[in-house]
Amino acid sequence: MNPFQYVRPTKPQAAIDAVAKDPNAKFIAGGTNLVDLMKRGVMTPQKLVDINRLPLAQIERQAGGLRIGALALNSAVADDPQVRARQPLLALALNAGASPQLRNMATVGGNMLQRTRCAYFYDTSMPCNKRAPGTGCGALEGVNRMHAIFGFSDKCIAVHPSDMSVALVALDATVQVSGPKGPRSIPFADFHRLPGDTPEKDTNLEPGELITAVDIPDGPFTKHVHYQKVRERASYAFALLSVAAALDIDGTNTIKAARLAMGGVAHKPWRLAAAEQALVGKPATEETFRQAAAVAMQGAKAFKYNAYKLKMGPNAIVQALKTAAAA
Amino acid sequence: MSRVDGRLKVTGAATYSAEYKLPGLAYAVLVGSTIAKGRITGLDTKAAAGAPGVLAVVTHLNSPKVPGFDTVGKDPSQPATVGGPLKIFHDDKIRFNDQPIALVVADTLERARYAAGLVKAQYAQEQHQTNLEANKPRAFLPTSAQKNPKSPMADYQRGQADAYRSGAIKLENEYVIPTEVHHPMELQAITAHWEAPDRLTIYDKTQGTLATRRDFAKEWNLPEANVKVIATFVGGAFGNALHSWPHESAAIIAAKVVNRPVQLMLTREQMFTMVGYRPHTWQKLGMSATADGKITAITHESIGQTSTYEEFTESTLAQTRMMYQSPNLTTRYRLAALDIGSPIWMRGPGEATGAFALESAMDEMAYLLKLDPMEFRLRNYTDQDPENGKPWSTKFLKECYQAGAERVGWSKRKLEPGALRDGDWLVGYGMGVGTFGAHRGGAHASAQLLPGGTVLLQCATTDIGPGTGTAMTQIAADTLGLPPQNIRFELGHSDYPQAGTQGGSSTVNSVGPAVQEACLALKDKLRQLAATGNAAFAAAKKEDVVLADGYLTLSTNAAARVPYADLLKQVGGTAVVVEAKPGSEGQAYSMYSFSVHFAEVRVHVLTGEVRVSKLVSCADAGTIINQKTAANQMKGGAVGGIGMALMEHAIIDDRYGRYVTKDFADYHVPVHADAPAVEVFFVNQPDYHVNALGTKGIGEIATIGVAPAIANAVFNATGKRVRELPITPDKLV
Repeated sequence: MNPFQYVRPTKPQAAIDAVAKDPNAKFIAGGTNLVDLMKRGVMTPQKLVDINRLPLAQIERQAGGLRIGALALNSAVADDPQVRARQPLLALALNAGASPQLRNMATVGGNMLQRTRCAYFYDTSMPCNKRAPGTGCGALEGVNRMHAIFGFSDKCIAVHPSDMSVALVALDATVQVSGPKGPRSIPFADFHRLPGDTPEKDTNLEPGELITAVDIPDGPFTKHVHYQKVRERASYAFALLSVAAALDIDGTNTIKAARLAMGGVAHKPWRLAAAEQALVGKPATEETFRQAAAVAMQGAKAFKYNAYKLKMGPNAIVQALKTAAAA
Repeated sequence: MSRVDGRLKVTGAATYSAEYKLPGLAYAVLVGSTIAKGRITGLDTKAAAGAPGVLAVVTHLNSPKVPGFDTVGKDPSQPATVGGPLKIFHDDKIRFNDQPIALVVADTLERARYAAGLVKAQYAQEQHQTNLEANKPRAFLPTSAQKNPKSPMADYQRGQADAYRSGAIKLENEYVIPTEVHHPMELQAITAHWEAPDRLTIYDKTQGTLATRRDFAKEWNLPEANVKVIATFVGGAFGNALHSWPHESAAIIAAKVVNRPVQLMLTREQMFTMVGYRPHTWQKLGMSATADGKITAITHESIGQTSTYEEFTESTLAQTRMMYQSPNLTTRYRLAALDIGSPIWMRGPGEATGAFALESAMDEMAYLLKLDPMEFRLRNYTDQDPENGKPWSTKFLKECYQAGAERVGWSKRKLEPGALRDGDWLVGYGMGVGTFGAHRGGAHASAQLLPGGTVLLQCATTDIGPGTGTAMTQIAADTLGLPPQNIRFELGHSDYPQAGTQGGSSTVNSVGPAVQEACLALKDKLRQLAATGNAAFAAAKKEDVVLADGYLTLSTNAAARVPYADLLKQVGGTAVVVEAKPGSEGQAYSMYSFSVHFAEVRVHVLTGEVRVSKLVSCADAGTIINQKTAANQMKGGAVGGIGMALMEHAIIDDRYGRYVTKDFADYHVPVHADAPAVEVFFVNQPDYHVNALGTKGIGEIATIGVAPAIANAVFNATGKRVRELPITPDKLV
């Protein structure tokens, strides 16, 4: 680990200034990912700006929805009665992530900003365009069983590892940020980026911008929701792939509204808008779910070791929708 | 009886090898190569050497000469052709990726770690080989077997060779086990201290204090008496500490260079590359049987990977030779040398690898024959060892079958796969059998009476987790007739009376009798001391001696009483040292422990995820000294088997010859949610041919046979036969 400066401001503006003025500075909150990356030499910030003292941990009711502070702990959000009542999908996704110990440290903002778990990104002796632009993508022709089937480029086929973000993109959340140029809002679907030619950029945050909160609008998805995470052990493993499903079903078993997103399949949480459309107005049956799953997988493309995702993906979508409908 | 050291361990009071804070202690961090084969052509250590707190940067360019490195391979009694451990910092050659090329020593761990990142190397790279499949054509018979046709690694045959090919009902399949890594909770660590230029003390993670002492005495050309190895507590090992590794040599070199004690603990990443693993192994098994379920022939071949500098062999094919009554049987064991670190035995070792093929094939043949797999095994049950015709010393495997079948609910099993379902989960049942030699070696132990009435026992053996200290305390307490709190059993120090390495399920078999005999010898010594001026003791037998409440008395004569204080006053003290050795019983009997594991699994119809919902492990392991620690060992082995079956897989990117699984996020071991409450059954019948305690050993059979039990259950649930472990969801979806 490289030597670094450490500051602990108490006001958001001071934190923003500290990072905006120094290209080698990074915010640190729970540190559950950044510290690992620093130990491996993958990230080498010269200055850490600890934001844990900023007043950004509240979970509040506001007009039309919930506002979750960027520093709210993953465990606190998952256990919050308002979240559980109004946005149970988010609670399910959070509890599918990491371990209780990590959820007790990790924050909402940090969860969104976690880096990919691609092994080539983590090993500084291997090529990786995300870590070291221009060195190539080790995974493209390498061990790519965990990698993307949607939205990748020949520069990067890594996936975003967050479970929480899959629920948030499905729930039409909005990210509140504050930066040198003042506050602004970013629709969750536009927060993370596809790799394109600049895989080193995970998100559309500008230098010095600090996530302050995530807003989730109230919706009808309080009952028929499910987060299906397929992983190689029962807990504490990143998803081979995951599905966030939310349905609004009327008294005639007709789907009035649907939300569907996948994790572990792309460089960002992957919203499945066309599949949602394929569900609306249809009966909530396995047949409908299969058709929607087929729509969802259109355009998916596999690499040498992740072809299983082309079959597991639609199956997991069906399972998620079935479970959501039965909830 | 609960563990004697349980409280120390859970409160952090137990001291492990990286926790000795010696005065002047320095910290070392290894730098690994980033190529798999070639030569180091340049090393830039200036920045590292100049970094704050750095005391030394040791490389092959400046390392002091390790005298033993030159003599390895020159001893005519130790043929160099079978290789030897990596000689660290000895030359510019790179033999595997992440091979240590430099060691940075600093006054704090953080400074050493930072400076290690500043070392830069240039290489002349050569084409490496890390792919087993591609190197199968170059596989060879181990040197030991080439030199000795009677070696257990040599080709074996009874009846006709490869007779299965002409069998009426036959199968032939290939099975693959990936590289698995031990990953005990405690990382490999050593604190090395030269107490004088020719006197070395190391606090080391090792399974054998004496083996480690011998290795480093040899390396530094010192009398063994000048080397002290201390391993009071070992935080798990699973075979990982059965070998002396390069990082241990490195810390000892560094301590010499900086003339201070040096502590070196590997990172989790380094645990993959330089301290052994269960070797990636390919197997082919052919079997034929009659329509009424009698095996007529088996051929079992295997190719395991080893390093280019050391021939590692293990008993992959041993179980096949003796488990079932097959008149025709052929085994062929081969190695493929790759540009990778040396393997080392990992729990169950080769037998667990071999049992995956054998016990999967048994299930496959039973299915071909439309027979219940347990019934098929019973039809081929052996009442004597088919490998050598000797009677078993004891064998209660049938009792294990019956107990396990009842407990798992085997009667619910359907012959046809896919017949049982619970919601979205397919349910299946499978079994797998394990066996391991009931090995016993010679061992010494000492015993003495201390003021206050405690009996102190000492032995150089180690306790890597099974509860050796607890079992020995219990044996001593039983033999002496004292409460356990009056026994102090000390282990893990090379100065204590000699005992073998803790491995191969042999510790209780070997050390147990030594402790028992030391206690009897102590009784007799005390009787003799008491006999001075006391005729009752002079006439008594040692068996009659009773230690109670500060007095020595006799069971035959309660009036005869001598206070401990009188005995302790006598010149020469009470200490006795005994050696207990196996006799010739191995000539007359085949001695094995046996186990059978029954699994109930659930496989998700859509996602392919597998959950082990029930696991029952039954063992014929002779006398069970301590039910709690023994059951604990069985459960741990079973959970290890779940890892082997469902998730453990160290993956190399062959383009770089480098692991892409480098931590517990990539390399999965079971978490609590993966392990059902494992049910354990012990036959608990003594085998007095092995030793006077009747023990046979538990450690290996706890794991051997678990992976095939799960794989067979997955087949029973889904109809899908997975012959390449681990059974991850991508293989079932």
